[in-house]
Amino acid sequence: MRHPSATAGRPEPLRSAIRPGPGTVVRGVLLRLVLVLVAATGLAVLVPGATANAVGETIVGTLQTGRSGPIEGIEVTVTTAAGDEVDTVETDEDGKFAIEVPGAGQYTVTIDADSLPEGVVITGEDSRTVTVDPGRRQPVQFGLNDGTQGAGSGNVEAIQLFVDGLRFGLLIAICAVGLSLIFGTTGLTNFAHGELVTIGALFAWWVNTGLGVPIIPAGIIAMIGGAAFGALNELGLWRPLRRRGTGLVAALVVSIGLSLLLRYLIQIVYGGFSNPYSGLGTSRAVDYGLFRLTNQSLVSIVISVVVLVLVALMLQRTKIGKAMRAVSDNRDLAASSGINVNRVILVVWMMGGGLAALGGVLLGLSDQVRWDMGFQLLLLMFAGVTLGGLGTAYGALVGSIIVGVFVQMSTLVIPNDIKYVGGLLLLIVILVIRPQGILGSRARIG
Amino acid sequence: MGDLLNAFAVAGKSALGFQAVFFALLAIGLNVHFGYTGLLNFGQIAFAMLGGFGIAISVTQWGWNFWVGVLVGLAASVVLALLLGLPTLRLRADYLAIATIAAAEGLRLLFRSVSASPVTGGTRGLAAFNGDFIALAPWDTSRRYSVLGTRWSGGELWVALVGWVLVALMCLLVWLLMRSPWGRVLKAIREDEDAVRALGKNVYLYKMQSLVLGGMIGALGGMVYVVATGAANPDQFQNANTFLAYTALILGGAARVLGPVVGAIILLFVVQFADTALRALIENGIIPGELLSSTDVAQIRFVLVGLGLMLLLVFRPQGIFGDRREVMLDAR
Amino acid sequence: MPADNLPPGAHAASLDKNTGTGTRPGGGVPQRLAQAALRDVPWEIGVAKPDPAIVVENVTRTFGGLTAVSVDHLEVQRGGITGLIGPNGAGKTTLFNLLTGFDQPNTGTWSYNGKPLGKLAPHQVARLGVVRTFQLTKALSRLTVLQNMLLGAQGQRGESFLRALVPGTWRAQEKANTEKAMDLLRRFKLDAKKDEFAGTLSGGQRKLLEMARALMSDPQVVMLDEPMAGVNPALTQSLLGHVKDLREEGMTVIFVEHDMDVVRDISDWVVVMAAGRVIAEGPPESISQNQAVVDAYLGAHHDAPLTVEEEDQVLAQAGAAIAQEEHGGGEVLGTDSTTGRTER
Repeated sequence: MRHPSATAGRPEPLRSAIRPGPGTVVRGVLLRLVLVLVAATGLAVLVPGATANAVGETIVGTLQTGRSGPIEGIEVTVTTAAGDEVDTVETDEDGKFAIEVPGAGQYTVTIDADSLPEGVVITGEDSRTVTVDPGRRQPVQFGLNDGTQGAGSGNVEAIQLFVDGLRFGLLIAICAVGLSLIFGTTGLTNFAHGELVTIGALFAWWVNTGLGVPIIPAGIIAMIGGAAFGALNELGLWRPLRRRGTGLVAALVVSIGLSLLLRYLIQIVYGGFSNPYSGLGTSRAVDYGLFRLTNQSLVSIVISVVVLVLVALMLQRTKIGKAMRAVSDNRDLAASSGINVNRVILVVWMMGGGLAALGGVLLGLSDQVRWDMGFQLLLLMFAGVTLGGLGTAYGALVGSIIVGVFVQMSTLVIPNDIKYVGGLLLLIVILVIRPQGILGSRARIG
Repeated sequence: MGDLLNAFAVAGKSALGFQAVFFALLAIGLNVHFGYTGLLNFGQIAFAMLGGFGIAISVTQWGWNFWVGVLVGLAASVVLALLLGLPTLRLRADYLAIATIAAAEGLRLLFRSVSASPVTGGTRGLAAFNGDFIALAPWDTSRRYSVLGTRWSGGELWVALVGWVLVALMCLLVWLLMRSPWGRVLKAIREDEDAVRALGKNVYLYKMQSLVLGGMIGALGGMVYVVATGAANPDQFQNANTFLAYTALILGGAARVLGPVVGAIILLFVVQFADTALRALIENGIIPGELLSSTDVAQIRFVLVGLGLMLLLVFRPQGIFGDRREVMLDAR
Repeated sequence: MPADNLPPGAHAASLDKNTGTGTRPGGGVPQRLAQAALRDVPWEIGVAKPDPAIVVENVTRTFGGLTAVSVDHLEVQRGGITGLIGPNGAGKTTLFNLLTGFDQPNTGTWSYNGKPLGKLAPHQVARLGVVRTFQLTKALSRLTVLQNMLLGAQGQRGESFLRALVPGTWRAQEKANTEKAMDLLRRFKLDAKKDEFAGTLSGGQRKLLEMARALMSDPQVVMLDEPMAGVNPALTQSLLGHVKDLREEGMTVIFVEHDMDVVRDISDWVVVMAAGRVIAEGPPESISQNQAVVDAYLGAHHDAPLTVEEEDQVLAQAGAAIAQEEHGGGEVLGTDSTTGRTER
């Protein structure tokens, strides 16, 4: 728990109930969702209590990389959400650690990054926040990079980062095209777009690990789900609001509210875990000479390119695509020339939802599935969309790729855990130099 | 029944304590930005973080006096406002929104990063910098006091008291400014920038002044928070808090001097009450932990806030006491 | 260079006295003077005026390849009412936006009393005494009518942040401004509404308020963008009277209008634009005889003023029309709107 007012004096141990073993999170989802909604609206329902059973809760993990093998003697510290230290241990000769915690709740696990062996760096932050369920051994994973990726000269490392950045940028682009089109057609800056990404990734994870569907069909199902959720957004919220004549600023704040609502609902239902998809096969990187790429990354790049080309073809060639561009360009003119604007906007939302879901799945492949993955990406999407020019589909594409490459390559000079800061800084620099973006027109910024 | 009373007491305490002061100050700053000038600052928490860390870093890392730390925090918030405002205030409102939300997230990531930890303490944050301030309390801060059925430590009481005085001063400042010709220009900018430009006012300058002023008030909020908790940790400054403050502002009524204060008190009471009551229900087994564990309860507040923000803007944009006639956020 | 005689940054009121002496003997009625001064001016595009307040030189503005404004040379006589007319999308509003700093041109310069305005921001232009109104009225909805008026006053001490905190420094000035505002409100028959939110006024009242607010700054040049659009006929006469009054007070008035009848009634000089260019200028009576005007303007639906959005829309079409014309093509403004006077 990181939220200020929540830090005031608790994580009280919860021993009155036991959550059934791993995987049941998935099954309990719907029931929990209903209860959470009921509770959130202030109506408590009476449900018989579960039987009590106290079991020790433990946080476990392993530190190792392909080249260095298990890493011994690294300090691992667990603190409670309030910041009180629970325990500090060192990893054993197998690189493993296990820390008993006083009860279920959220804990922050931090490893001492400075004591890692030469050449091994943490990818991402040096601490993880995990939620420990009652009686559970909660695994926690730290991404370690032993430098086998891009080992050698700085030049090669730059190429490696460039390829990584390309993958990441394409992924951002997939998510951002929808954001940009929604802005173009409705004027709405949708701050809840990140949640479309998260929901897509989560839905795919649920289908994948819960129902045992392989990841590719699961991803396709998630895209359909994402499109449906996008349509639900439009039909259930935005269209009625437009009909009410809600102003753009009000709509923007509503989208913020929606983003908060969804994001924390997801955290309650899904928890603070990081989960991978199952059945991915080997995650070993294949050497392509100048750079190394895991098969997932390669697939991710191929899928991104294919999908983006399809989107471009659709915008350029099909009737609905042309209508989208017309509505983006001038809504009133489009309406007066007989285009059904509401229908176009609905299609844009479905497309945006589907693409965001796909982006979520791709992000889940590389970074695992987390409750706030979409929100983190949202800011980079904004950077990409702004760089390209707010409201232009192709601008979003170009801008996102640049942002992705920039963020990855910036790790050449800045530490890995603040690489996103570089991306956000880029955003502000763009605003100074060229607020209309690369492809935007000056009239739009008025 | 006892649990219910306890929940009332806990909620009442936070609605009167430093948490409410924190959100009230954030919301007063946002009121200057959003309520009066129409600026969309979605990263108010960044100003608060700079305020809080201004004290924490000055005192613990550089060994400076507490009050110098206050000045450092205020200066840092001014710099942030200028950095954000210079590029974006000439542009449409969304650009400031995007830049501020990005800055809030970016600064937090920066402050908690490994490379910044020699200065900011990283994820562990900084502590032990409020001694000078607590020592000023006119009563014994090591004792506990009972106020209206709630228990307070002497330190808490002192911070809350000074905090509310600060809130009152800021309200007075806003009141003075908004009845002056200066405030009239701000309100006019909210209505239509171009009209104000055509009347010979330097809109950019006024927006910048508004951004700086609101940001400094937000920084004061952050200072109250870290002094009260005695620790400054980047993860305390999640940007979701900005939106809690927005909810407080709209709840109490934007563009009203006391709106954000009333809103913050009500919001904290409701949120804290729901929080405590839910925890009690879970602990008593009335809500099975299988469905909702006490760790989830902390998230409920944000779910509530998100829902509340949406419902308010759709159905009562003028706030709970507002006049329908002077409805905020007309079509723009 | 007239600017050489002037103290830099001097208020427009003093400029007027300095430069106006040549053509305006004291005590005369300004209207007649402007008309008289313009009597011998040939009816040619870009003709020099005896006493120009505003001079435009080679101004062009393009939007994505379409030329919205392309004016080679244009002078506006001081102390007169100059009507700027033209079909929808002729670039009149764009020209206004350029002259007042709300838009930046691709090329060109223009000056007011010899002082170049090209690089100035809108508020700097306004401070020189050139104020404008907007086609879509910009009444500040959630400010009262009186607050709207007070905002127009220039040089307010209380508008500086620090002095705002000390009411003593601005109270007296505020009181004087309030009196002035009430005088103007009485003149425009809005004094009974002084404490109402401007958003509750009717369209015509908003036009009046906007004009009155502009007058709070004691302007030298008033640029009115379609002051009659969306105003009911009863108020139109009153508005026209107010515009004439501005001239009587020695101000230079430039106004955009679609309606030829209105223009004929009050203008001393008329400039006709079509597709971004000035196609004719001369006294009102000369215009209806001008073949270019008849072709380009009277043929179009001149009685259908459009909103800004519509105008922008038509602007694009007009651009296409120019291109067509240049290739010997036919129709101008094929899809002109048929909506009547829309009230917004």
